[in-house]
Order: sequence, then structure tokens, then C-alpha cells
Amino acid sequence: MPSGKLGAGVTNEVKKMVVEEAGDDLRARADRLQLSDEQLVEMFRTMCEIRHFEYMADKLYAMGKVHGTMHLSAGQEAVAVGTARAVHVDDYLINHHRGHGHFIAKGADIKLMMAEFLGKDTGYCRGRGGSMHIADFSSNSLGANGIVGAGIPQAVGVGLALQMQKSKQIVLAIFGDGAANEGVFHEALNMVALWKLPVLYVCENNKYGMSMDIERAAAKLPIAQRAESYGMPWYCIDGNDILTVYDTMKTAAESARSGQPVLVETLTYRYFGHSKSDRNLYRSKAEIEEWHERRDPIKRFEAKLTQAGIMDEALARKIDDDALAAIDEAVAFAEASPDPDPSSLTEFVYA
Amino acid sequence: MPEITYLEAVRQALWEEMKRDDRVFLLGEDIGRYGGAFGVTHGMLDEFGPERVRETPISEATIVATAIGASMLGMRPVAEIMFMDFIYLALDQLVNQAAKMRFMFGGRTTVPIVLRMPGGSGTGAAAQHSQSIESMFMHFPGLKVVNPSTPKDAKGLLLTAIRDPNPVVFVEHKLLYKTKGQVPEGEYTIPFGVAEIKRPGKDLTLVANNVMVMRSLAVAERLAKEGIDVEVIDPRTLLPLDTETIIESVIKTGRLLVVHEACQTGGWAGEVIASVTGSRAFDYLDAPVRRLAGKDVPIPYNRLLERAAVPQEEDIECEIRAIVTGKY
Repeated sequence: MPSGKLGAGVTNEVKKMVVEEAGDDLRARADRLQLSDEQLVEMFRTMCEIRHFEYMADKLYAMGKVHGTMHLSAGQEAVAVGTARAVHVDDYLINHHRGHGHFIAKGADIKLMMAEFLGKDTGYCRGRGGSMHIADFSSNSLGANGIVGAGIPQAVGVGLALQMQKSKQIVLAIFGDGAANEGVFHEALNMVALWKLPVLYVCENNKYGMSMDIERAAAKLPIAQRAESYGMPWYCIDGNDILTVYDTMKTAAESARSGQPVLVETLTYRYFGHSKSDRNLYRSKAEIEEWHERRDPIKRFEAKLTQAGIMDEALARKIDDDALAAIDEAVAFAEASPDPDPSSLTEFVYA
Repeated sequence: MPEITYLEAVRQALWEEMKRDDRVFLLGEDIGRYGGAFGVTHGMLDEFGPERVRETPISEATIVATAIGASMLGMRPVAEIMFMDFIYLALDQLVNQAAKMRFMFGGRTTVPIVLRMPGGSGTGAAAQHSQSIESMFMHFPGLKVVNPSTPKDAKGLLLTAIRDPNPVVFVEHKLLYKTKGQVPEGEYTIPFGVAEIKRPGKDLTLVANNVMVMRSLAVAERLAKEGIDVEVIDPRTLLPLDTETIIESVIKTGRLLVVHEACQTGGWAGEVIASVTGSRAFDYLDAPVRRLAGKDVPIPYNRLLERAAVPQEEDIECEIRAIVTGKY
């Protein structure tokens, strides 16, 4: 994919754009990245699972089974899986409101996620949080956040604790393009750079902060170049090419682990609206279709895997069917789960 | 018992707890060589080093967020917010994040942070460095609000705050820093939610916090010579609030006056009064329940205006006389 197609108005300024090279050979790249066929197929499988989770969430909402709102990440799966596989399993994650994919990629139990989405007592947050506040402390996922950008400065504290505890872990803090315009973004970047904290910031630029096009919201693009103000390395990459994501995040995570925090911006796109109230008045059908047809991260990866002979079409279909079956199972678990007892309302206000 | 200042008591608590527990660390603006804007952390940089006495840029939101993030990984951060007024810069982190995280994550984490913040007027620092906004924090389930009035309470409550698994707002008062009082030797803690009767009396229950406790006690001693016997109660923690001690006192005295420096409208006196009048103490009331609070005005700079904005001893005395004589 030529770099000029990643987003109008973005590329002219980009100094460190990492994109998929023309005629990129998956096999050669995978070898260089030391990714086995099994790992590649697993990455594909997880992307499919995320996609099905999101479409199922939308379906459940349409069926009137969801009490609250949701922010779906279909279209952004390569960022979630590519990033999660590039860091260590015990690294920490601070997530944003559109975070289902990141949780799944990090290893959260989709049954407990689905139960939380349906507000059930068996959910990750015992039905107190819903989609926006899922947290899985058992996989070091420190929680999603309903306040845009609020997790960015919390990563400073996690990074500081890791540094003080002389840990080898890092914290991965993911936020959207909209969040980069919050004041705490600047406070936090300054502090992680100043204190050399093991923090990997990922700005998942899906082009819109609700309806606000990033080109109308940021004075200078790419967002990632703001890191230069704080002496931090940065990358702005094609977030829909999973191996580009994986490759960049490997390098970035290694840097963070050695005490040099990094900011990576991933250019991607969300297929669904911002939330359930979105009527897509701010973007064209043609634009959405263009991303679906030409830049879909799953289709792109699938084509390359089959082209390289790592996966045939039959296996691809089976993986996809299995992923859907796993989601169906999660829904069955969630639907069979009890609601929280109203008498437990005030539990967890205080420890 | 040795006599030390309120400021020294706060420092002692921090010092001893950092010696006892290496998870405890301080962060905030100018808390190192400068010793904090009021000198509370003076000497601590040399003792504990820059990692545990961590000076930050002027970034209040991220100071609080840093405390939150570190606390989730098992640390026990104590952040200094230089002036209470500056907490507004970090309200999202305190209110939307720290206070709610345990609840919205279904009890799977705790956020054991302490935010120390000096409040109050009387120093000529004007409208943005003099507020008393402790009432506001009572409105946020998940927080605890502590407000000591004596050196002994300051030390014992701060130790409890650092060991508490919940986010604690620890309000100090600038005018109290230099006041002295006896502090027990050795380690001691004071539980949250336990008011203290600072002076027993039978004619009127006066509930006050921080510097108003000191003023109310001075007035009570003067009035005692005239035979007016005032019981002064310091709730010590506003959240949780020990309403039971206050209700029992009102049953005994039949009269209630709440005194605070915070602005009257929406102030915590209303909460105390609602709790008492809605309780079994109602049947024992011999007079209207009253509050004497800061005027609903930003704190002004001019000395006379500043003094007029918050209750002084003469105002407290006047109010007590009005209640006990029935002339409001």
C-alpha cells in the first residue's frame, strides 16, 4: 500500500511513517520477526474473534438485550493483536473506551467480557461497569476508561511503580486520536520522558473523535510527532497491517523496557459509528466502503497468509467459524448468568 | 507527652510510615529541597532520597493520576497538592477515576492513595489559594475525607490514611501548621468515622472542623465563666461522618450549632443538621438548629475583608449567646 493513501493531509508531514512495502513478502518478514506459522495463524484467529465479538455486540444491541452503550472496534483488529503479541504477556495494559479488541488480544476471557457487556453478576465488573469499564486484573489489564485520555497519565504511575519495583515489565497505554488533544497527554508525555519510565504509548488514530475529523482537531499531524517536544522517539504507522504493527511495537516495547518511552501512532479506521447514537452524518458511505474493501486488516492478512501457503481457504473458514462459535458460547454463558442482586448495590464502594 | 506543632506532626507521620513501609513514597511540587510550600516535607529528601520524595512538574492532574497508577501496582503514594485550590486541576483523576475505580471494576482493585492538601484562609493569599472545599469531597462515594484540628489528630489520622485501602483526601489548615499540642510517643492511629468531644458541656452542642475547633474552644472557655457550658465536637473525618456522637450530644444539650469556614451554601453543616433533625434527637431540641459558616463569597485579599468572610471568635460567641438566650 502506498503511503499516500493512509489519510489525506497526513502524509506530507510524516517523517517516520512505517508502511507495508510494495510486494512485501510475508514469509520473509515473518522469518525476520521470528514468527512461526502457528503464531501467525493464532494472530489471524484472534483478529477474527475480535471482529465477531464486535458484530455480536452490535447484534445484541439491535435485539434490545443491551442496557447501555458500547464503542465497537471492528476495523481496528490489527492494532489490538499486533500490539498485544509484541509485548510480554505480563506487561500491563491501560485501555480506552473502545477497548474490547485490546482486552481479547491481551487474553481476557470473552465469556466474562460478554457477561459484563450484558450487565451480569458473572461479568468482569459484576455488572457495575459495562462495556466502558471492563478490567481484567488477572491478565494485568488495568481497565478501560470512560473519560477520554484519562488513562494516559495513569500510565505514568504504573511506569513509576514498575521502575521503583525494578520490574522488567512495561505498561502499554492505548488511547485514541481524540485523547491526544487532552491536556494530560502533554503532562504525561513530559513526565514519562523526564523520568525514563517503561511506558509504551499507542495512539490509535481511527480518524474520528466521535464525529470530529482529526484533521479538523489537530493543528499539526501526525499526532505522533508531538513526542519530539518531549525528546521521545515516535512512529506513525499503517495500523491496518498487522505485521507492521507487530514489527514497530516490538522495537518500541524493547525501547520502553530499557527506559526510553515511545509514542506509536497507528492509522486505522472504525467501521461502526462512535456509539449507538451515531448516524454517520460526518463521513461518507464511500469512505467507509473504501476502508472495508481495500484496507480491511483481516482480509489483508488472510490474503497474505493464503498467498504464502500458511493457510488455505478451508482453514481460514474453519478458523472464522470457530471464532464465531466461541462468541456464541460466550453469549450463551452471559445470557444464562444472573443479574447482580440489588441488595449488593453498595458493595465495592469502599475496600 | 512531647509537645510539637501540627506541621511537625504531619511530617512525623510521613517520616515514620516511610521508615516502616517501603511502599510509601511522596510526590508533589517542590517537596524536595524546598521542603514543600509550607515546609512539611523539609529534610525528607535527604533522609529518603529523590526516588521516594519525588518532585514533579506543575502537573496536578498527572500527579494524582501517577498516584493512582502506582497504587494499583501495590505502592502507597502520598501526594501533596500545594494548595487545596489546585485540586480542581485534577478533579477528573480524583473523582471520575480514583473514587470510582474499585466500584466500577467490580471490587477487583483498590486505589490506596492519600492526597494531602492545605486549605483555609487567613494568610492574605486571596481567592485562589484560600478556599475550604472539604464539603465538596463528601459528595463523592469512594473517597474518604479527613480534616484534623490538632497535632495529635493530624499524626494519628495520617497514619490511618496511608494504611487505608481507599483514596483519602487529607485536608490540613494553614493556620494550624504552627499550633502546638501534645502528641503521644510511639506509634498510634486514630480510626476514621470517630468524632472527638474536644470539650464536654451541657448547654449546647457545637460541631466544628479544623481551625474552627480552636476558635470554638477559646470561646467556650470564656463563656464557661458566665455559666454557658458548650460541648465542642470535632468530627475529625467528614466522610465517614460520625453522626452518632453528635446525635447523642444533642439529646443531652438540646441545642446545635455547626461552625465551619467553608462557604455556607452546600457546606457540610447542612449534612450534619439534616442528620440530627432527621434523627431521634429531634424530640430533644430546645432551639432551632443553626449554622455559622463562611460567607458565600470568594476569599478576598484585604485583611479586614478576609476576616469578615469567615467566622471569627466574636461571631461564634455572638451565635452561641443568641441560641442559648433564644434571641436569633
